[in-house]
Amino acid sequence: MSILVNKDTKVIVQGFTGKEGTFHAEQCMAYGTKIVGGVTPGKGGQEHLGQPVFNTVAEAVASTGATVSMIFVPPAFVSDAVMEAADAGIALAVIITEGAPVKDMMFAKAYAVKKDMMTIGPNCPGIITAEECKIGIMPGFIFKKGNIGLISKSGTLTYESANQVVKEGFGITTAVGIGGDPIIGLSYKQLLPMFEADPETHAIVMIGEIGGDLEIQAAAYIKEHITKPVVAFIAGQTAPAGKRMGHAGAIISGGAGTAAEKMAALEAAGVKVVVSPADIGKALAEVMKK
Amino acid sequence: MNIHEYQAKELFKKYNVPTLRGHIAFTPDEAVKAAQELGGSIWVVKAQIHAGGRGLGGGVKLAKSTSEVREMAAQILGMQLVTHQTGPEGKLVQKVYIEEGADIKKEYYLGLLLDRALEMPIMMASTEGGMAIEEVAHNTPEKIIKVSIDPLTGFQSFHGRKLAFGLGLPVEEINTFIKFAAALYRVYMDHDAEMIEINPLVKTGDGKFLALDAKMGFDNNALYRQNQVNEMRDLSEEEPTEIEADKYGLSYIKLDGNVGCMVNGAGLAMGTMDTINYEGGKPANFLDVGGSASAETVAKGFDIILKDPNVKAIFVNIFGGIVRCDRVANGIIEATKITNVNVPVIVRLDGTNAIEAAEILKNAGIANIVAATDLADGARKAVAAAKGE
Repeated sequence: MSILVNKDTKVIVQGFTGKEGTFHAEQCMAYGTKIVGGVTPGKGGQEHLGQPVFNTVAEAVASTGATVSMIFVPPAFVSDAVMEAADAGIALAVIITEGAPVKDMMFAKAYAVKKDMMTIGPNCPGIITAEECKIGIMPGFIFKKGNIGLISKSGTLTYESANQVVKEGFGITTAVGIGGDPIIGLSYKQLLPMFEADPETHAIVMIGEIGGDLEIQAAAYIKEHITKPVVAFIAGQTAPAGKRMGHAGAIISGGAGTAAEKMAALEAAGVKVVVSPADIGKALAEVMKK
Repeated sequence: MNIHEYQAKELFKKYNVPTLRGHIAFTPDEAVKAAQELGGSIWVVKAQIHAGGRGLGGGVKLAKSTSEVREMAAQILGMQLVTHQTGPEGKLVQKVYIEEGADIKKEYYLGLLLDRALEMPIMMASTEGGMAIEEVAHNTPEKIIKVSIDPLTGFQSFHGRKLAFGLGLPVEEINTFIKFAAALYRVYMDHDAEMIEINPLVKTGDGKFLALDAKMGFDNNALYRQNQVNEMRDLSEEEPTEIEADKYGLSYIKLDGNVGCMVNGAGLAMGTMDTINYEGGKPANFLDVGGSASAETVAKGFDIILKDPNVKAIFVNIFGGIVRCDRVANGIIEATKITNVNVPVIVRLDGTNAIEAAEILKNAGIANIVAATDLADGARKAVAAAKGE
């Protein structure tokens, strides 16, 4: 078991024939992901990486039965691509693109919700079910199969955490990079119950950062509904207020969104919170012993 | 990205959001000329810097004659204005905005920003005009009225009524307020603004509303389609090292510690700062070198970090995913040839081809490069090196 995606998931790529789309689609296919086609308007009818190219997402869905779309289109066209996927009946869009305007994502997300389409990202590494299906840009070899679910706002911290989890002798069920933008798709609150319901997942690692209050919402949810052990790290304890730390959403504004308040809320919810990200693996080993 | 008050008011004017008349001045002479052009018998001389709290810091002054305008402009121009948002070193004032006076009856607060939890803009109003809204929110949250505006429908009159009645405005002023708020929402949406703050919004003796102050920030991701806003960018208000880093695709923020950091990925970069802190050191900066970590970007990263004389050691922490560690290792070695690195450099490379990378660094035999096995080990070694141990 796993959450959201597995070895049978059929995936199309929007922005299939572009440089990024091509490189990462190839890597995903090599990992075992069922990439069944792609969309590049104007290139319909061609073949790319041995798979059919379509002009529209609707055609791609009708012809391939794909349920997931991996989106690599440039920032200015992301909202259009997301809405097209939603309109075509895609169940989950994984938006890798970095730099999408916030206003565009606000409209795209509202439309996706209306059309019952889940989204992950933007500006994220994607989602991976270990040794089955990789939809994104993460280095697949780090994610050995196991019993730990992983949710993270940051790409490289996802890799760092997964690496520590594996070094401690555990492995990953599914890892989801949710992205660090102000408006994102699936977040902790939606993903935690999926991991709670997944019998193969025995514990959850969650990586947050300064800015917004998604981690506070997660803490409230964990307190009420999550029975599995959770280990958390919040990046940005040493970040100054008012400065944007790389991610568009990572900013402490008006004294809110600090690491300290998020860590306190998670601790109060019974989460094992580590101060140093170097201790994620060790903390996980501790909670798994209990 | 932020703009000045006078620039925000230019945008307001285009959308018929009422403001006072004013002119920008770079010298006391220009200030006097501006006052003469405006006419009247009272003017306000306002320092233009990207920070709030200018009045309390002595950057906003009332003048009752053109000679007072000259005097005050001379005082304010060239001063290092210190406010609660500038830090103790303050900000150099290079221009002043000369504005006509107004007959102020009451001051309010009006703001627009993205509510990340609701995923839509919210407009906030308060009767506590002129005060820091964070303080009002903390001490008397009941005095802030909020409405969330669904972007799919846009601003409706009921949003305006809710705010206006919440502020206790008399019925005959409600429509004027709604018109003001609706226009402000259009300014916000049309320019990809991140926030607009009018503090204070004032009601004049004749029952009109006008923006006495104006603050605007924008979504950097949308600047590519906001030419007018881009032209308003004032680089002299931004950190020179941060601008330079940006040119090379690096994201850099200076901090006050002595352990320099170079990391790939924003989250890991923050995590690295936190680890240094946890190990008893203080990070000198945030630096995300992005996905490629080539010799040029690494060299530029070293250059920028070493511009800060406090830096006593550098911790390079790269988790190679798509980027291969052996390439990064070669990049680091190349970089030390391009630029002179005279402090210990602690290098932790993990992920794809990490073993090959360790070999490359060892064989290069560069005296001040120290290899680290993992994140904690690297942070410990960097902290010790910065302490001269």
